[in-house]
Amino acid sequence: MVYLTRKAEFSASHYYHNPEFTPEENRRIFGKCNNPNGHGHNYTLEVTVKGEVDPRSGFVVDLKQLKDILTREVLDAMDHRFLNKEVPEFSTRIPTTENLAIAIWQRLAPKLKAAQLHRVRVYETPDLFVDFYGEA
Amino acid sequence: MFSASHRLHSDAMSAEENAATYGKCNNPHGHGHNYALEVTVSGPVDASTGMVCNLVDLDDFVQREILERFDHQNLNTLAEFAKAVPTTENLCMVIYDILQRGFHQAHLERVRFEETMMNSFEYAGGKDRIW
Repeated sequence: MVYLTRKAEFSASHYYHNPEFTPEENRRIFGKCNNPNGHGHNYTLEVTVKGEVDPRSGFVVDLKQLKDILTREVLDAMDHRFLNKEVPEFSTRIPTTENLAIAIWQRLAPKLKAAQLHRVRVYETPDLFVDFYGEA
Repeated sequence: MFSASHRLHSDAMSAEENAATYGKCNNPHGHGHNYALEVTVSGPVDASTGMVCNLVDLDDFVQREILERFDHQNLNTLAEFAKAVPTTENLCMVIYDILQRGFHQAHLERVRFEETMMNSFEYAGGKDRIW
């Protein structure tokens, strides 16, 4: 079992707002992240997959294929987007970094064939990151 | 950290299959990386020294057994890769094996390599680690 981590970066804007909260509650809970005009981050994504090394190729997974899946499923959908308005998952979920990690897991897990998804790590800033290991 | 070159090529595959599997890594002249190596060991803290193991001893071992053997080498020419393709997956397992056999002052947990800023690989002796 070897673990392989591929990194990618994307930039996106978001804001935090729960329509079930009053305006005061939204401001109190989400603070400056509640500004409806949004704000942005440079997100760093680390995707870790695991699997046995193929004795023939010496690979756990073809890195080029993994990069292509990441680009297609995540970067093309999220890079330079307003997450609340342009990414369907966040029409009903608040685009916190927690929910972003879950959404990325849900996008990637069904697409990975040769290796198994182990962890999705999303850095919102260099000082703050979220890890998601799936529901199990 | 050590710098080495390699070429990903399997004698068991046809030229076309090698090209399809390894892409530009199949270039017959090889290419190189700066490999950043992380070695993780664990153990109880010794009451008299306050240490898990003496870092100087670990550094000396890594210097002698790994860096001096692998730095500025072509991995394909080393005995460890006479039969295995020098992917970073296989490199992780080779380095883990060297540490496991030769460094006994603490329990070896994991070997991690950063092959580039964007790719890293980890091996924990086959364990399905949870961190």
